[in-house]
Amino acid sequence: MNPKLEVVGIRKVFATRRRTTEALGGVSFNVEAGEFVCVLGPSGCGKSTLLNVIAGLERPTQGEVRMDGAPVLAPGRDRVVIFQEAALFPWLTVRSNVQFGLRLLSLSARERERRVEEYLELVGMRGFERVYIHEISGGMKQRVALARALALNPQVLLMDEPFAALDAQSRDTLHAELQSIWAQTGTTILFVTHNVREALVLGTRVLLMSARPGRIKHEYPVRIPRPRHIEDYALVDAAQEVLADLREEVLRAEEEVGYDRLAR
Amino acid sequence: MTGWRARLLFFLALLLGWQALYSLHVWPPYLFPSSWSVATSLGLGFADGSFPLAILVSLRRILIGYAISLVVGVPLGLLIGRVRLLQETLGTVILGLQALPSICWLPLAILWFGLSEKAILFVVVMGAVLSICLSAVDGVRNTPPLFLRAARTMGAEGWPLYWRVILPAALPAIITGMKLGWSFAWRSLMAGELLYVSLGLGQLLTLGRELNDMGRVMAVMLVIVMLGLTVDRLLFAPAERRVRERWGLNLGS
Ligand SMILES: Nc1ncnc2c1ncn2[C@@H]1O[C@H](COP(=O)(O)OP(=O)(O)O)[C@@H](O)[C@H]1O
Ligand SMILES: [Mg+2]
Repeated sequence: MNPKLEVVGIRKVFATRRRTTEALGGVSFNVEAGEFVCVLGPSGCGKSTLLNVIAGLERPTQGEVRMDGAPVLAPGRDRVVIFQEAALFPWLTVRSNVQFGLRLLSLSARERERRVEEYLELVGMRGFERVYIHEISGGMKQRVALARALALNPQVLLMDEPFAALDAQSRDTLHAELQSIWAQTGTTILFVTHNVREALVLGTRVLLMSARPGRIKHEYPVRIPRPRHIEDYALVDAAQEVLADLREEVLRAEEEVGYDRLAR
Repeated sequence: MTGWRARLLFFLALLLGWQALYSLHVWPPYLFPSSWSVATSLGLGFADGSFPLAILVSLRRILIGYAISLVVGVPLGLLIGRVRLLQETLGTVILGLQALPSICWLPLAILWFGLSEKAILFVVVMGAVLSICLSAVDGVRNTPPLFLRAARTMGAEGWPLYWRVILPAALPAIITGMKLGWSFAWRSLMAGELLYVSLGLGQLLTLGRELNDMGRVMAVMLVIVMLGLTVDRLLFAPAERRVRERWGLNLGS
């Protein structure tokens, strides 16, 4: 059987008139169905680029992404992305936002409504159906974004640092909720972050990316029992090891930025 | 409340200053009338029916001209904003034409349509349609890329993407363009009416000048200001505020 998601030798080079940037330098890994994989890497190492390529929003320069064995050529609702900024539509209510993707499917109005209720319930946002986006907090926005994505029953949920802009409390709560949502729905999740502990709280497996051009440098299985919390002993311990590897990459990334400045 | 009071005081002071200046007789009354004579002209104009008639005629013209501008301008802008080729061709032409004050279309309009209602409508449309169109182009082009990417990962492409994301994202810009277009239409209409057209507020102004009736001239100017302000305050300002608030564009205030 094929893995759910195969990322095979992805290179991505951005060429602008002034210079070319190799964002990804050959990234390969697999994600099995039901896994919760975290990709960890320093800022600017190409995490967003990787996720965009998998989502089909960007074409890779080289390599291929396969879903259930079939090559990915375009965006599709089997791979919904949740961005750092919730990207909810401000002209729609919470309910209509969750319905957005569902409206493009040929569902009956009742089925649509049922799914909206089900997923708003799942993320704890029942009762906010008629509220507009500018009236809710950042954490609530990410919950709605989560409901909007999950309502489409994606094969893989792609998350690009979705909690990075939140305060610590909201982030803790959402870490707990995301773990339980993953356990309940069994959705395959690929989660990108620059935060070591976040990766360890959430992932069944953590892939460490190198500084630009990004490659997978290390892989850590995470065997700490759930529900995990960001302050857990075992977790803080495990973080030390990963942190040492990551620090190396951060330094390399900074060095490279320094060279860039000189070259300009 | 203080805002209101301050404004009231300011206008009272303005009125008093005017009256004081008038009493000093720096200029003869036919150049600088008393506020009272302006008020009388205003009352008289409404009493003899000449103001209401002029207002109706002007309003009718601007409503028709403005409606045409919207019907042409908004769809055209939505189209140009999305089609690269149109943007580089038609878009450039429209941008260029915007440099032309709309009243400069009058000679052409008269040659095409004669001294008719159509000529003045043409001038009004040329005054409003370009900025309405360009604002719609702007709105479409400035759709936040994040919205587009979010919609595309949820399976939206082509027409649904345009209809459900690009169009609503462009709405604040479109409304701003509508507001701008209205004030341009109003200016163009007044300019056109001043120059030749029968009836309407502009002609009332010309008439006042010909009769050397400064009180009347100022009274008509006052009516024109009030009409322009009323529409802006009652229609466009609330609509713009509501949309900007909901779209989350008022974070500064
Ligand atoms: N559209 C683009 N054009 C040019 N360079 C880009 C583009 N997108 C990203 N990059 C560059 O690619 C590198 C990786 O970016 P990104 O994937 O956003 O990193 P991360 O998400 O890990 O912070 C950065 O150096 C960034 O400047
Ligand atoms: Mg990023």
